[in-house]
Amino acid sequence: MDIPRHWRLRKQRYALVGEVCDNCDAKLFPPRDICPDCGEEAKTLYSFSGHGEVYSYTTVYDPPVGFEESAPYTVAIVKLDEGPLVTAQLTDLEEKEVEIGMPVEMVTRKLRSATDERGMLVYGYKFRPILNASLV
Amino acid sequence: MKEVVIAGVGQTPVGEHYDISLRELAYKAVEAARADAGGLHPQALYVGNMLAATLSRQGHLGTLIADFCGMTGIEASAIEGAGASGGLALRMGYLAVASGAVDTAIVVGVEKLTDQTVSNVNAAIATTTDADYEAEQGLTLTALAALLMRRYMHEFDVPQGAFGGFPITAHANGATNPNAMYQRAINPDAYLKAGMVSDPLNMFDIAPNADGAAVILLTRPEILPSKFSHPLVQITGSSVATDTLALHDRPQPLSLHAARVSIESACQQAGVSVGDIDLFELYDAYSIYPPLILEAAGLAEAGQGWQWAQNGQISLQGELPVATFGGLKARGNPGGATGVYQIVEAALQLRSQAGKNQVLDAKTALVQSLGGAASTAVTHVLQTNN
Repeated sequence: MDIPRHWRLRKQRYALVGEVCDNCDAKLFPPRDICPDCGEEAKTLYSFSGHGEVYSYTTVYDPPVGFEESAPYTVAIVKLDEGPLVTAQLTDLEEKEVEIGMPVEMVTRKLRSATDERGMLVYGYKFRPILNASLV
Repeated sequence: MKEVVIAGVGQTPVGEHYDISLRELAYKAVEAARADAGGLHPQALYVGNMLAATLSRQGHLGTLIADFCGMTGIEASAIEGAGASGGLALRMGYLAVASGAVDTAIVVGVEKLTDQTVSNVNAAIATTTDADYEAEQGLTLTALAALLMRRYMHEFDVPQGAFGGFPITAHANGATNPNAMYQRAINPDAYLKAGMVSDPLNMFDIAPNADGAAVILLTRPEILPSKFSHPLVQITGSSVATDTLALHDRPQPLSLHAARVSIESACQQAGVSVGDIDLFELYDAYSIYPPLILEAAGLAEAGQGWQWAQNGQISLQGELPVATFGGLKARGNPGGATGVYQIVEAALQLRSQAGKNQVLDAKTALVQSLGGAASTAVTHVLQTNN
């Protein structure tokens, strides 16, 4: 359920829309309305490129309810090219060995399955390896 | 501020208590603490609990526990700050007595984590992270600790085996604690061969979720008879600090800001430096946290905290004993009760009532509870009251 909650987050989930600080130009994701760098209000929307690199990663074997279908899955903190860190699953890894510093790009994927017959599927961002980083 | 002393302590064994309900667990520890305090009647009750509303479908714990423990009528409330809930409840009790608002306060940490399936418990604990931007991506508290540990190993070129000294020490101490969930020592070889849970965290790097209740009775020394049945321990420093809720929002995730600030503040209030500490009950729910905490405390340079566990410095006879009754790792981690267990254990040390776990000449203890990925830090300094 939680339909309005997921609907409110659609810009962030589907398009990595964060904010930019009008005062110091810091790029913020997730949006937080007050710039952590300078303390000024930061409400101007800003779309991130979706490119970044792996800052750290691990595998979840004991998933929470709703994520059993995808377990085991790899999660990471990704450092976006514009600066912020974002937490997300890695996907489309196939046999690729993940390492810190690996270039990745955002894709939209199913995040979790419905926990009951009235539940909803939640879609959102994950990150996948850039197959040939030099072409980007 | 008025002087605040610990008049009584109580605890239940930590473990899987399928036959004991949440309220009964609380009552057992309350009964023990009140007996220890010579039957002192508290005027206010503060409950530390993390997940009863989710996992036991029970909210309103302040009134429930006051009512069930025969204290109907007194001021009562519950406080929540993830894994730091017990520490926060103690903070409330401390403030109530130190301010003079009440003469005597009772602090109850209680948690029941074993009634539900592992996936339900993992999802419930994940609500203590950022629900929109961490939990909804499938992250768990364990995964966040693993992300920190991987990054630490990468930045400082530390091998996985470097962390083993923390759980090995905790288990050695838990072996002689009758209230510990795990009372067996583990050896370095078993640690290195343990199966991965969330790489690089293996099964010995992760404290077990458990049930338990621990209680502290606080008062002012002049309220007690002059010849009291046990030595008094004074709370000389108390501090709470917060960091960003989500790990990814920190400019330097490996630097535990809240842990550092609350230790500095609590030590300053007590007029001690971290070098004066005789024992340190710290947050070892995952093996990556003790080194990060020792670095935050200023006891090690960044990237060097793991070295404390290499040659017995943190054992009961070492320079700075930690997890003296097994820590979260071996005593077990009953969520919001954990912070109160830590205080009970530190108080027993300072009362010289720690039995086989006694740290010799312990006069000053540092106790820190962390919530989430070190997003909330509660630190207390306890000292013998001479």
